[in-house]
Amino acid sequence: MSPLQRIQSMLGVGTSLSSRRTAGGIKPPSYKEHSLRSRIMPMPIPPQLKIPVGATESGTIALDIAAGDHVHKYQKLAQLQLSAQGRTSIPVHAPTSGIVSAIEEAYVADHSQQKQVCIVLKTDGLDTSLPLEPAVDYRQLASEELVTAIRRAGIVGMGGAGFPAADKIDSAAHQALDLLIINAAECEPYISADEALIRERAEGVVTGAEILQRASSARRCIIAIESSKPNAIQALEQAIEAQTNITGNCELLLVPSKYPAGSEKQLIQSVSGIEIPSGQHPAQHGVLVHNVGTSYAVFQALVLGRPCISRITTLSGQALKTPKNFEALIGCSVEFLFEICGIDKSLRHKTLLGGSLMGLQLPSDNAAVSKTTNCLIAAGSDELAPPTEIQACIRCGFCADACPVRLLPQQLLAFSKTANNSQLLEHGLMDCIECGACDYVCPSHIPLVSIYKDSKAAIETRLTNHERSKVWQQRFQYHQSRIKKEKDQAPTRTKAVPAKKPAAESEVSASNNGNEQEFFSKEKASREIAAAVARVKARRDESKKAASVQDKSK
Amino acid sequence: MLPLNTFWLVQLSLSGGLILATSLLLLKIYKYLCYQLTAQKSLVKQINRILPQTQCGQCGHPGCLPYARAISEGEASNRCPPGGHETILELAELLNEPVLELDPSHGQFKEFSVAVIREDECIGCTKCIQACPVDAILGGPKLMHTVIEAECTGCDLCVEPCPVDCIDMLKHCEDAPVIFSKIHDIQGARP
Repeated sequence: MSPLQRIQSMLGVGTSLSSRRTAGGIKPPSYKEHSLRSRIMPMPIPPQLKIPVGATESGTIALDIAAGDHVHKYQKLAQLQLSAQGRTSIPVHAPTSGIVSAIEEAYVADHSQQKQVCIVLKTDGLDTSLPLEPAVDYRQLASEELVTAIRRAGIVGMGGAGFPAADKIDSAAHQALDLLIINAAECEPYISADEALIRERAEGVVTGAEILQRASSARRCIIAIESSKPNAIQALEQAIEAQTNITGNCELLLVPSKYPAGSEKQLIQSVSGIEIPSGQHPAQHGVLVHNVGTSYAVFQALVLGRPCISRITTLSGQALKTPKNFEALIGCSVEFLFEICGIDKSLRHKTLLGGSLMGLQLPSDNAAVSKTTNCLIAAGSDELAPPTEIQACIRCGFCADACPVRLLPQQLLAFSKTANNSQLLEHGLMDCIECGACDYVCPSHIPLVSIYKDSKAAIETRLTNHERSKVWQQRFQYHQSRIKKEKDQAPTRTKAVPAKKPAAESEVSASNNGNEQEFFSKEKASREIAAAVARVKARRDESKKAASVQDKSK
Repeated sequence: MLPLNTFWLVQLSLSGGLILATSLLLLKIYKYLCYQLTAQKSLVKQINRILPQTQCGQCGHPGCLPYARAISEGEASNRCPPGGHETILELAELLNEPVLELDPSHGQFKEFSVAVIREDECIGCTKCIQACPVDAILGGPKLMHTVIEAECTGCDLCVEPCPVDCIDMLKHCEDAPVIFSKIHDIQGARP
């Protein structure tokens, strides 16, 4: 992009792309410079890896190995068959060579906050690898073949969602796609993994973008990056120029640097001007968004033939001596990464996964790095400390100005307090993206997002209860109609029975006389019932006695 | 031709206005009556939708729909223990009434639980089957009974009639131990 074009794009005139204004947003200090000081570091092989496969609730797990097996690097270990759609699966590969020591449930550093099934790999340090599949020319492949290759490499959304990349492309297969957006905005404070990746490996990112464009057969491909990242922008410009000379037609678009510019719907709006309506997918409007990390993983899978076994993870926070970006092996523990960054444990106040605004506290420091772990913060005591005093809402309206979805946070707060679910739904609580912008600007330090999260969970349980009660209501109606039917038929039966009764009785008595071991005999049944009742009575008496004895002893 | 003086003009306009006003009034009354009729019906429906549908009868009515009808006719809306505070809140909002506490004479709020029959103690008397309001118990005379867990509303009605006390109300829990058995199954079935 020439300087003239850049000025044009900033002014929103001329032929080049220009970003459009989106609602709300905040400009928090970025804290990215600490981790961007050094290059992306390869990590030493840890003694043990816990490779997450997935939670058992989300699908069925098919293991290719058993405990005790020796595995090579890049070997496929298992795959998670998602229960929602039968044919989608996420395979998992060995990040290094070693022996599988166990398969167990453990905490994983991702947004589910639940234990997942992990394959525990005792590494041997030799790092012997399987030969990589010969790199085929992706330009020769049809889009279905590209999608299959992406699926086989086990690539998921690296931005944090963790949705299988191949499925995302598949979901848009029926639509004519206008636009593929590669999301390099990375607007949240502390996270610098994408920026570091672009700075050093822009060619890979751009090639990955081209592959994704071919796979999803999108007409245009735009890489969107925040304007506050000059080094990454320069690297991308060079890479795009080099690629345009061969085949590609990727374009670069600078979006204004504000939080949350990188949220999917907000990014689409600022790139294309389309506002995706509530409850609809971008694919329905001919747009698809992939993260830069995903794009780089696709490049690795298709060009190098390397499955997804590592990712770039930012390690930051005051408790670390040297914050930096690591090419972390999937499955290494968070604590191991902190150790090699020189953590001072006495300084650490808490451990966060993700950025400072949407980050979650990790349930355990031994959690394993997953494919979606983009940032880990070992926060010091005066860093991101929770506000000590929550004050009353003064209705200043800052939150409404900051909300990127144009909700009314103070109204939502009032309705959340009174658990007014119908009003909450009417005011669009379910469209809240939980970005934390309202929290950030609130002068009364009200933890709005966590309140909304609770309300969302309450509404969801309420809805499932409603579904359940609908079934019960139906069952009750069936029951009533059955009873009514039986009543209607009853008179005819009572008339019929007296006529037959004597004969039946005599038959029974005759058969009783003839055979003592009659299966259905009234006497036997009544004897059994009497015995059972006596048993229960005896048990009740005993328990009563025991209770009275206890009382007396007291 | 009539002498079209001021008097006649006033007369005409007045009578015209009167006719218009009465017809509008009649229309309003008709609409109001229609609204009242449908509102009464839909109110029962709306109340019934809020009620938890356990059909437990703790409110004193044989099922949730009769209670919904009673509420629409003015009965207190705080007599549903399984619904708890949330149901009372929602009903109060719907009916525009003050929020009351749960009436303790109709029972206490309990967490949702399902009936489970201790099967080796069951004598097959079918008394629980007759008591169950949603036909969630399966069994025959002198044969063991069992509860279809997915359809049990946790209403407690089957516990009382059982002559041998073999029904427990257990908290409904997602099959926690099954997770590991699943993994072992997969391990065993590997190629």
